Amino acid sequence: MDLLWEGVTQAFWLIVNREPQVVEVVLLSLLVSGSATLISLLIGVPYGTFLALARFPGRSLAMSLVNTGMGMPPVVVGLLVSILLWRSGPLGLLHLLYTPMAIVIAQVVIAAPIVTGVSMAAIAQLDPRLRMQMLGLGASRWQMLWILLQEAKLPLLTAVMAGFGGVISEVGAVMMVGGNIKGQTRVLTTAMVMETNRGEFGLAIALGIILLVVAYLVNLALTHLQQRGRIPP
Amino acid sequence: MNPLLRGEDLRVVYDGKVVLDLPRLTVGGGETLSIIGPNGSGKSTLLRVLALLERPQRGRLFLAGQEVDLRGDLLPHRRRLAIVMQQPLLRRTSVFENVATGLRFRGLPFSEIRQRVGHWMERLGVAHLEKRLAHTLSGGESQRVSLARALVLEPNLLLLDEPFAALDAPSKTSLMDDLQAILSQVRFATVFVTHDRTEAQVFGHRVAVMFGGQIHQVGTPQEVFSFPATEAVAAFVGVENIITGRISEGGDGLAIFRVGGREVVVVGEYGMGEEVTACIRPEDIIIEPGGERGLLSSARNRLPGRVLKCIPQGPQFKLVVDCGFPLVSLVTKQSVSDLFLAEGKSVTATFKASAIYVIRRRKG
Repeated sequence: MDLLWEGVTQAFWLIVNREPQVVEVVLLSLLVSGSATLISLLIGVPYGTFLALARFPGRSLAMSLVNTGMGMPPVVVGLLVSILLWRSGPLGLLHLLYTPMAIVIAQVVIAAPIVTGVSMAAIAQLDPRLRMQMLGLGASRWQMLWILLQEAKLPLLTAVMAGFGGVISEVGAVMMVGGNIKGQTRVLTTAMVMETNRGEFGLAIALGIILLVVAYLVNLALTHLQQRGRIPP
Repeated sequence: MNPLLRGEDLRVVYDGKVVLDLPRLTVGGGETLSIIGPNGSGKSTLLRVLALLERPQRGRLFLAGQEVDLRGDLLPHRRRLAIVMQQPLLRRTSVFENVATGLRFRGLPFSEIRQRVGHWMERLGVAHLEKRLAHTLSGGESQRVSLARALVLEPNLLLLDEPFAALDAPSKTSLMDDLQAILSQVRFATVFVTHDRTEAQVFGHRVAVMFGGQIHQVGTPQEVFSFPATEAVAAFVGVENIITGRISEGGDGLAIFRVGGREVVVVGEYGMGEEVTACIRPEDIIIEPGGERGLLSSARNRLPGRVLKCIPQGPQFKLVVDCGFPLVSLVTKQSVSDLFLAEGKSVTATFKASAIYVIRRRKG
């Protein structure tokens, strides 16, 4: 019990004093996972919308690939991205391995299928007659798509939450492609693993609390947005 | 006068099956054309084609004298019409924004949107709901908003696809009254698709009856409902007695038509032995108690029979009488009790020869 109490006390002071090593790790985590989520949205929302609306040969194959991607083990993603960015690998020339960019790439590979899958479901659950109705009121194709995205706003916010939640708490792939280099690629999760291994429980607990708070705040904000659009009882 | 809408040789085929085949269709400016037909008759396909939401495989379409290039960009033409569907399909936003939807698509300035939306919300009696979220409205209110959203566009052509079908009776009656008043004032050319015969008659200057992708008859409600062109039309427009038999005697503008061992006098000249179909409306048949009795009258047809069924239908009773063939008549509750009408009772069915509308069978 002493160990936990000591750890929590230490964590409290680390946070209150805004220790530079803690602040740095938190900011990098937010930057990397935020960028990865944003890129995943830019890829996943249009692709998910396309899969939900278009009819083409191979559509079910494309959809099953997305669903497989949603359940892809992060450690496999870490391996694939590592090979891809390895010095003698196909993208080795870019020298991206062990940089924040490598982490972003791995996190996009993890989050994009999640965002695509959720967007696909969100658009597919809309009444198909709504498209006809909007076109029948004079919508252009883009205006009609914009209306559909607005109508699917609430489930699309879920896509954002699921995507961000998935990558901010991810550790395996991030460790593999980022390398947990102090001051460069050390993020919340990798730092926690390291501090725990070193027996520095105070720091690990502090980082854990911050991770929980960050995840909670992001979800709180999104939930608030969702509730605003809910049908009042 | 040039019609506002003219379709020529329109054809839609799904998987080798013709679902729409219209040699010609016109709607005049200010005219409402009702299209009725059973489910699957192609009326919704026709509406989608007219709404430019579906390209026919063949045919030409003219809107206000201008040909619509059915292979080209349909958006500019689509912006001259508006559609209201059975389901209101409102967006999850305020009533105001829903009504403004089509005007926003057209990029009008907000001051104009404000003014037009206000005007049409007022006319459809939903102005007080302006700020309400659309998904909190009742079914009747939602459909009013949907109508306002289409009418606010002041379209050349208004397309209505069963707009009352999903409503409860009181909402339906009040909305029908309001829409009728509006349409008689604004005089937009309107195509009104319904499976309800009453709605078709109330709204349509003309009524078109569709079966199997084809229009069997187009005419005024009076023409279509009193003089159906085919048996299918007769059955659909609610002629309950459709009797097929052969002409056995003729001359002097009258003919005798044999059916179920009985003779029925009809008006007209027919060939001997010709097979014809007689249509008699239930309200044109008078029922008297007792067989073969009763007073002399000008009615040529007096058939004794027995009541098979006596079914209450709102304020009236539907009587099915076996006169050698089943004959349906409508009588009031009062008559049923005064004449002691009941199943098994002997009665005489009387109707004028002129109350029978005869359809000649099509050759071949």
